[in-house]
Amino acid sequence: MTTIEIAQRVDARGLSCPLPIVRTAIAIKSLSSGDLIEVLATDPGSTKDFTAWAKTTGNELVEQGVEDGVFRFLLRRK
Amino acid sequence: MTATITKPDQYLPTELMGGLDDPIPSDELDPETEGEVKTKSLVIVAESGDLERTWATTILASSAAASGMQVSIFFTFWGLFPLVRPEIRMTGKNWMQKMLSVMNRPGIGHLKLSKLNFAGMGPWMMHRLAKQHGVAKPGELLEMAQALGVRLIPCQMSMDMMGVSADQLIDGVESAVGAATALELMAEADATLFI
Repeated sequence: MTTIEIAQRVDARGLSCPLPIVRTAIAIKSLSSGDLIEVLATDPGSTKDFTAWAKTTGNELVEQGVEDGVFRFLLRRK
Repeated sequence: MTATITKPDQYLPTELMGGLDDPIPSDELDPETEGEVKTKSLVIVAESGDLERTWATTILASSAAASGMQVSIFFTFWGLFPLVRPEIRMTGKNWMQKMLSVMNRPGIGHLKLSKLNFAGMGPWMMHRLAKQHGVAKPGELLEMAQALGVRLIPCQMSMDMMGVSADQLIDGVESAVGAATALELMAEADATLFI
């Protein structure tokens, strides 16, 4: 079994646009290439935003899901 | 009847075919640069010191920087006052400049709405609504924008005319420039906004 090691977590629950993206962008700066970052958000716009953000910045959106109204994004720093 | 497949070289001499067989120039297929996008840049001219417009400026600047864009904000005219340090109550050297800052309190925490201001009641309600909805204040967004490398550039002419000195501005603000520098930035930018 492979263990997924998450280097950093960003809790953006309850925060509105553009905070989930901005907080993630600030947090990912301190990581090294290949590191994983997990983001939790409740902003309904974040699903599209994180897909677009991953595309423009080149960071990889590894996983995304929703549970009890909380969106979860797993991203890998490029 | 037999179908014949006509090859281009059957009706055009090769030398007239514009080098169809030539390989695609190697730089277009360079694996190093393939798929790589040039960093896009955004220039915002922040002319207004109104709460709602400064909000728009700081939201767009921080989002653009978060998305990897190179962002510069040129602060001019009323847009200069949000850059003044929060503890400074009054700016200006002569009575007119001082009056200006008394009637238009500097600092990003003291901005007024362009409409429905109601002597501060409007902004107070806006900040309450923002808090309820998890929206960051312009000052917080400006700090995040700075952390993401957004360049804050004040206009020299506005500083002279309004009587705002460089030491009255928040940390991280670059030295003041004129219209020519701002225009050069705009001419090279992928997007320019006047807010």
